[in-house]
Amino acid sequence: MSAAHAPAGRRAGGLAQGLLARLGPVVLAVLLWQWAALAAGSPFFPPPGRIAGRVAELWFSEPLLTERFWQDAGPSVLRALTGWLAGAALGVVVGLAAGLWKAAAGYVDPPVNFLRSLPKPAIVPVFLLVFGSGDLMRIGLITFGCVWPVLLNTMQGVRSVDPMYLETARAFHIPPRTQLLRVVIPAALPKIFAGMRVTLSLSLILMVLSEWLLADHGLGHFLITAQRTFEILDVWAAIVLLGLLGYLLNVLFLAAERRVLRSRPS
Amino acid sequence: MTALQVSNLSKSYGEGNPALHNLSFEVREGELLSIVGPSGCGKTTLLKCVAGLVPATRGEVRVHGEEVSGVPEGLAVVFQDYGRSLFPWMKVGQNVEFPLETLRLPKAERQERVERSLAAVGLEGKHERYPWQLSGGMQQRVAIARALAYRPKVLLMDEPFASVDAQTRSGLEDLTRRVHLEFGMTILFVTHDIDESVYLADRLVVLRRSPGSVLAELVIELPRVRDQIVTKSLPAFVRQRSVVAQHIKDAS
Repeated sequence: MSAAHAPAGRRAGGLAQGLLARLGPVVLAVLLWQWAALAAGSPFFPPPGRIAGRVAELWFSEPLLTERFWQDAGPSVLRALTGWLAGAALGVVVGLAAGLWKAAAGYVDPPVNFLRSLPKPAIVPVFLLVFGSGDLMRIGLITFGCVWPVLLNTMQGVRSVDPMYLETARAFHIPPRTQLLRVVIPAALPKIFAGMRVTLSLSLILMVLSEWLLADHGLGHFLITAQRTFEILDVWAAIVLLGLLGYLLNVLFLAAERRVLRSRPS
Repeated sequence: MTALQVSNLSKSYGEGNPALHNLSFEVREGELLSIVGPSGCGKTTLLKCVAGLVPATRGEVRVHGEEVSGVPEGLAVVFQDYGRSLFPWMKVGQNVEFPLETLRLPKAERQERVERSLAAVGLEGKHERYPWQLSGGMQQRVAIARALAYRPKVLLMDEPFASVDAQTRSGLEDLTRRVHLEFGMTILFVTHDIDESVYLADRLVVLRRSPGSVLAELVIELPRVRDQIVTKSLPAFVRQRSVVAQHIKDAS
């Protein structure tokens, strides 16, 4: 509220200051890295300036994004997002059911916690055998990784819906289906979103992992190939691009989340 | 005519832990009945039994002569905890309209009811606000508007003003009285506040505790239209207030 009433000049000043406070340390770290890399002169640690140049050359030129960008990052992002959405959808549906069905809690919790704790790479051999080495295996692996946090959060979200909300709904004869759609799900939504935020970065991790195995395109494939052929600069460039994509997806997700939950008390 | 009839109602939470014992009373059509009692006399349990939110152990509740099981038709509830009974993700107008959707009313009528009931509680033009953007007293008025729009046969109010400040409270009491008279609304009002119970009621039931049961019933001898200052200095108010206070003292 107070920001809206502040004079425009001071607001702009505050914004610039906030931006500086945020970017300052990043710029400083990059400069320090640049200096250290130049001083060390190690072939394994090229200076960030050269990495940035390589990133731009590979993916961000002519006019905005290169054809290579779509070849390397396109399928990877698509796989990650498909797996993430499939996992989230599955997690929400099963989580809702498990959360609503109180009697099932004792049966659901242990296996879910077991599967969630399983290191995801351990399941890769099974997925390779069952789904082959194509996209089905990759998306399946990402889905498998993303299901559990969303499922657990949804379940907890449903179980912790304020009983007053439900009593109110019952007192006004709101039928169960409407209670679920208009009361239970909205009340659990912040927790569901928290689960989806966690799994968004997980989906990128699993995407890279899955593309190390028997892929012929994608960023994970690019990264592992660069490493095998000692293209150190390309390795770093791929890492930077993955970081940028992860950051961008997170920013987009946060914006979407804020929009959906904008009607909540902060 | 009897709007709400409670007969031999008992409720216990497990063996040997009775909350209500053999409670009987009735609320007549268009009447405001206060139920007052010391804390722990099972007022909230009673209200939840009447609203069908918790099952009674014994006895029955009839709304307009029909025995009810589960949540009865034609009842609306205003809870004490307005912050948790309004849905924070719905705007004020949506909160009021939400129960009407289940009544399968046409959109136009729903909207007209929302308008009228928000106007009745002095919240016209607040449709687009979210409940949490309003003060506590205003939120409780939204809850009252929601109950009004539902047009219940009987309105149940469970210590609805216990968590607002004294000034707001007087205003809400007068609002309740006005709604009761203007809409001819039958109201069952549960409170632990003696002044409030007398000021609001046409008739009053005092409960004793452990287990809750009816200790006394009295008809309030005050004019229908009341005023916080004038009414509360009437001899009848002062006398009946003392009678209730003495009962409560005996009941504790």
